[in-house]
Amino acid sequence: MAEQKKIATRESYGTALKELAAVHDDFVVLDADLAEATKTVMFKKAYPDRFFDCGIAEGNMIGVAAGLAAAGTKVFASSFAMFAAGRAYEIIRNSIGYPHLNVKICATHAGISVGEDGATHQCNEDIALMRTIPGMVVINPADDVEAKAAVKAAYEYEGPVYIRLGRLAVPVFNDEQSYRFEMGKAVILREGTDITLIATGLMVNEALNAAKLLEEKGISAEVINVHTIKPLDEETVIASAKKTGKVLTVEEHSVIGGLGSAVCDCLSEKYPCKVKKLGINDCFGHSGPAVELLKEFGLTGENIARIAGEMAAK
Amino acid sequence: MDAATKQRLQQIACEIRLGAIEGTFHAKSGHPGGSLSIAEDLAYLYFQEMKVDPSNPKWEDRDRFVLSKGHTAPALYAALALKGYFPKEELQKLRHIGAMLQGHPDMKHTPGIDMSTGSLGQGISAACGMALSGKYRNKDYRVYTILGDGEIEEGQVWEAAMFAAHYHLDNLCAVVDNNGLQIDGKIDEVMSSYPIGDKFAAFNWHVICVDDAHDLEALEKAFNEAKTVKGKPTVIIQKSVKGKGVSFMENQVSWHGTAPNAEQYEQAKAELTAQLDALSK
Repeated sequence: MAEQKKIATRESYGTALKELAAVHDDFVVLDADLAEATKTVMFKKAYPDRFFDCGIAEGNMIGVAAGLAAAGTKVFASSFAMFAAGRAYEIIRNSIGYPHLNVKICATHAGISVGEDGATHQCNEDIALMRTIPGMVVINPADDVEAKAAVKAAYEYEGPVYIRLGRLAVPVFNDEQSYRFEMGKAVILREGTDITLIATGLMVNEALNAAKLLEEKGISAEVINVHTIKPLDEETVIASAKKTGKVLTVEEHSVIGGLGSAVCDCLSEKYPCKVKKLGINDCFGHSGPAVELLKEFGLTGENIARIAGEMAAK
Repeated sequence: MDAATKQRLQQIACEIRLGAIEGTFHAKSGHPGGSLSIAEDLAYLYFQEMKVDPSNPKWEDRDRFVLSKGHTAPALYAALALKGYFPKEELQKLRHIGAMLQGHPDMKHTPGIDMSTGSLGQGISAACGMALSGKYRNKDYRVYTILGDGEIEEGQVWEAAMFAAHYHLDNLCAVVDNNGLQIDGKIDEVMSSYPIGDKFAAFNWHVICVDDAHDLEALEKAFNEAKTVKGKPTVIIQKSVKGKGVSFMENQVSWHGTAPNAEQYEQAKAELTAQLDALSK
């Protein structure tokens, strides 16, 4: 098999914006002086009249997005996850969430895979923050194909959406031709009977790698891609838990409040079973190359396979 | 402004005050002081200036109003009820469980509310977005927003101020209601936001100072001047009296967020009714 193509989901976002803009002239894009990094620059260059830089002022950018939406203009607003979900949290909550306005917040540079910039820029809390806002859809696409589809689905959807995107180029495993994105519907990528691996974002590909390693040891792992963390596809999660009885969640996010918590919220009430959460263990990241950081924090196929193997053996 | 118009708007301002007092009394909570200080602004904007249609509150081409100092909603609710957006009886249910009128403006449930506000500093950003939307879609509506002089201590206000000037939002007119008081005391003792005009001027806004926010002719002059300004947003900085119109509330910081009891309500109502009667003669 040929080497997998690698694309960062922020690139996918820029591409999707351009593709959407070619068909729809009813939306604008905001950024907070990070267009080059978030890749909204791709849209900016093609549609300069529809791009508004808000400068280094994320709170106001979110408020402006709310006002645009309240006046009937669809809007994508971008910054790094730390400054969108983090710094502007309360403005998202009160100016977008409470009035349920049609704003798409596309936040890049999420998680520790930001790399060298270190802890101040590595947002491992955004899913947790966004999940708590009533009516907010939270999406964390796994690869280029899914990210582009998610951005387009978010455009079609009426209401607030948070899309979590990454800086690091990651393998493209979905097939562009056959892939269909359905908001709120988890994807079973691989069926299994011994353990369920529930992953999101760039951990989905690692979970697939883990499943292959587990297979070599005779362990059958089911792999579920939860691209939409809220609303969670409880039906798929519960059905798989019933089948395997053991669940390992994997995310490049704090184990507090993210995918693992969402899955536990669901299973503890509806089908209590053994769940282990793999993620950032209530600590800050630090500087270093992204791939090495992912290894250090145990966010690799090998480590997922190791933990899943131990769980399956019990 | 002709005498008849002035008298009509003064009466409306008085009725807005009565409605704000009625609402906070029945709510047993709320913010009468800052509600009373903006009654003339609301009377002028809703009954003289803004193109709005109470029978079609979501009319796409309407002028917009954002109460950035959202805690003074009782006055806005009274103005909207007087304008016919909803029955005046709703004022008595303010802040009650199941009521349409929330403690702070809720655009989802209250006709005529253009933006949900209440967390200070956020309304002006939304107003900027609405003004930008108007420019982007070639609409000729205008956007008005009222901020408190304490509210402008929020950093987001100045992010928005920078944005509005940068994008030449001349369809945006902000009012800073300078009643000089915030919850913890006098503005210049708690956290001085002065000089307000110089700050906005430095942010490239057109600045208009109104010495008496309760003088409708002065307000008319200011709002008319704002409409003539091209290429930059306008701010009207108005000296107002917190608690205006109710003798025992005027310039008293304690009336920022306290509702009148039954006795105080009767006295306030009597004073305002007397003012209304005097205007009707």
